[in-house]
Amino acid sequence: MAGYSIKDLTKNIQRGVWPYVIMLTHVLVGTILVYLNPRSIIAFLILVTSFFSLYRLNADIRFKFVTGALLALVIMPVLGVRNIFYLEVIFQISVFSALALGLNIVVGFAGLLDLGYVAFYAVGAYLWAFFGSKQYYVLPYAPGTQPANLPFLLPGDMFYLFIFLGIIAAALTGILLGLPVLRVRGDYLAIVTLGFGEVIRVLAANLDKPLNFTNGPQGITPIQRPTMPQAAVDGFNAIFGRLVGHPADVASLYNVMFYLIALVVIIIIVMVTRRLEDSKIGRAWAAVREDETAAIAMGIPLVKMKLAAFAAGASFAGAMGVLLAASRTFISPESFSFMQSIGVLSMVILGGQGSIAGAILGAATVTILNLQILQGLSLYLSQLRQSNAVIPLINFAWKNLSPQLDPAQYQRMFFGLILILMMIFRPEGMIPAQRRKKKLASEAIPVEE
Amino acid sequence: MKKYLKSINLMELLRPIGQLVVFSLGSAAVLSVIVLALAFVLDYTIVGRTLFAQLKVSLFTYTIVNLPQVLIDGLTLGFVYATVALGYTMVYGVLEFINFAHSEIFAIGAFVGVEILIALQGAGILDHSSLFMSYVFLFLAMLAGMAVAGGAAVTMERVAYRPLRNAPRLVPLISAIGVSFFLQDSIRLVESLTTGQFNRIFPTFGNFDNRLVFGKLPMGTTEIPLGIPIKSVIVIIAALLMLIGLNYLVNATKVGKAIRSVAQDRSTASLMGINVNRIIAITFLVGGSLGGAAGLLYALKFTRIDPYVGFYPGLKAFTAAVLGGIGNITGALLGGIVLGMLETFAGAYLSAFTMGAAGSEYKDIFAFGILILVLIFRPNGLLGENVSQKA
Repeated sequence: MAGYSIKDLTKNIQRGVWPYVIMLTHVLVGTILVYLNPRSIIAFLILVTSFFSLYRLNADIRFKFVTGALLALVIMPVLGVRNIFYLEVIFQISVFSALALGLNIVVGFAGLLDLGYVAFYAVGAYLWAFFGSKQYYVLPYAPGTQPANLPFLLPGDMFYLFIFLGIIAAALTGILLGLPVLRVRGDYLAIVTLGFGEVIRVLAANLDKPLNFTNGPQGITPIQRPTMPQAAVDGFNAIFGRLVGHPADVASLYNVMFYLIALVVIIIIVMVTRRLEDSKIGRAWAAVREDETAAIAMGIPLVKMKLAAFAAGASFAGAMGVLLAASRTFISPESFSFMQSIGVLSMVILGGQGSIAGAILGAATVTILNLQILQGLSLYLSQLRQSNAVIPLINFAWKNLSPQLDPAQYQRMFFGLILILMMIFRPEGMIPAQRRKKKLASEAIPVEE
Repeated sequence: MKKYLKSINLMELLRPIGQLVVFSLGSAAVLSVIVLALAFVLDYTIVGRTLFAQLKVSLFTYTIVNLPQVLIDGLTLGFVYATVALGYTMVYGVLEFINFAHSEIFAIGAFVGVEILIALQGAGILDHSSLFMSYVFLFLAMLAGMAVAGGAAVTMERVAYRPLRNAPRLVPLISAIGVSFFLQDSIRLVESLTTGQFNRIFPTFGNFDNRLVFGKLPMGTTEIPLGIPIKSVIVIIAALLMLIGLNYLVNATKVGKAIRSVAQDRSTASLMGINVNRIIAITFLVGGSLGGAAGLLYALKFTRIDPYVGFYPGLKAFTAAVLGGIGNITGALLGGIVLGMLETFAGAYLSAFTMGAAGSEYKDIFAFGILILVLIFRPNGLLGENVSQKA
């Protein structure tokens, strides 16, 4: 066994039946653990990471596909209905994955740093929030003064149409913003998009007068959802009721539905993105990203290509915005702050610019960090505070720990750390894009000035 | 002594004063004329009639009566922006990179200064000190803020930017955004753990809150007092002194020459025996301490600070730097003053000119509108040289 190293081990794992065994074990262990401990974060992490082993291990693509579909479409929703918090987590992961994939086109493919990405998300969200609620009839009233029994403007099933309208509206906004500003250099563009994001947020917060379009800082509620047929509820309970342990109510099935819609959107985005990546447009984006001057010299229409990237990225955010408005039934300007933009950016950077799998991995990591790990730490610390425990050696009682030390409040710090550390130590991200890998390898010899 | 005095180039001391006076008067005059012309025209429309029904004055009178106060406020804000904008412009001039975290340097300066003053007040020193001593304490707090902010800027450069100096353009920018976010929450964490809260109030002491009153202007049935708060005077004078000092440092000293040469061509500068790393660190130190001082001036003027206080002033100062032509020190002064004026004008008159439909809450996005317009029509800024050639 001399010289048997980790490298050989990883090589052997990728051979024969081993990948299948590992994958199935991972999925099964994860499922059983989450089923038995619906509150454990570790069990949930094991289940979620099984997607990663599906992605990394060598196996028949059909096998991978079936296992992945089973995991995403059956196991996750059922476990999610069992513990509604997981459903929220996987829903948010899928929403942010879609956003990260969209931003990935702008930042990763075309190399345009967009710091106001959630503005497009807001456009989609407010579009459905306006048409899918009573807001149209609230127009003449100041916030909080409207009469109680106003009708809805459109039926909830128009939601499906508005996903497409959201795409169009966000893409148009992207083009309108892009036309004037895409001529400027990259770092200026970053600041302009930042400013644009703030403009949208300020507008959302203040367009409650002279006509009440957005209901100001209070936000719009209630926003309609598409109808959920009773047959779907009964069907779910008939098939999965015993596994879940309690009959699923309409509210949690709505969450399942939005999660599934988000998955469909993600699949479409991934397919579109993969096609775009290797198309003429994709290669033009890569050229623009690597060297603008050379790209112009090669006859690439610079502004047009940048606009295409901007519009494509924006349109996905628009679709997700419509979805968000419907799933939350409430939106307010709070949800579209600069921090959200940076959150999505750090997902892309963490996963790897220009990498599709990376964007999803980044979105999952950051969302789990936000929703579970930071919250879990906060909970743990507050439990420690109530106990009589003492830190050994320095003899510090947990009781005296300041209640201000609440990790869930310090998301910015973690976003910041992710950005700095990734830029310094691994600018290509956790799952580097193929093209970037090549490029960074050729640049490995540092050029001293 | 005589020899030393001789080495001070008087022209270099006087030039920025002249420039600042010209810029202030110029932008004040241009904006006043625009606003007055608008008011004159709108007076004959429903806008004028609505205002008349409310206040019993014509829009024109309303505008002209409010003008002196708006100009004073605009100038004060403009000087704060100009001081912050210098930090952006210096770093940009030397490294061609937007130091996104400069707004947090600003916040650090504000927090250090305010914490020192709060501590002094807690010890009962501030309340019993004479007027002279209260100015001394303010000055000391500002010095401390400048020192810590400058140190933070240098550390930041060393940790987060220097390793990335030869990386593609966007890499250090993303790192800077990370630093900005990290610092915001770090300030919050430190403040929360040490004081239990993270919103701080500038303590009241000395005579900073008094106003120098010049008289009253009649407006319809009411009167508008005309005066200038002493703190605005302090802000303007302090900013003026710093701007003169910086101008002298950059244009008339050996270090300044080195900074300018590094900005022009880093590799050639290093061939000439200039320690480029040291000069870049000095640039961050100078820009950072100016930012820190501006932070304390901001806290003095607006009283309330929180860890995220730097975000908007930082963004606007950056806009000011771009407006004036980034990389150009004179441009930063001009941009800062113009932007401060514009914003104050928007805040003061937007509501009256739009019949209350759009009020001062839109003044924040005014700056971004300007930024986009500048970048479309004059990407190199008002005074900028053609920077894109260097890129």
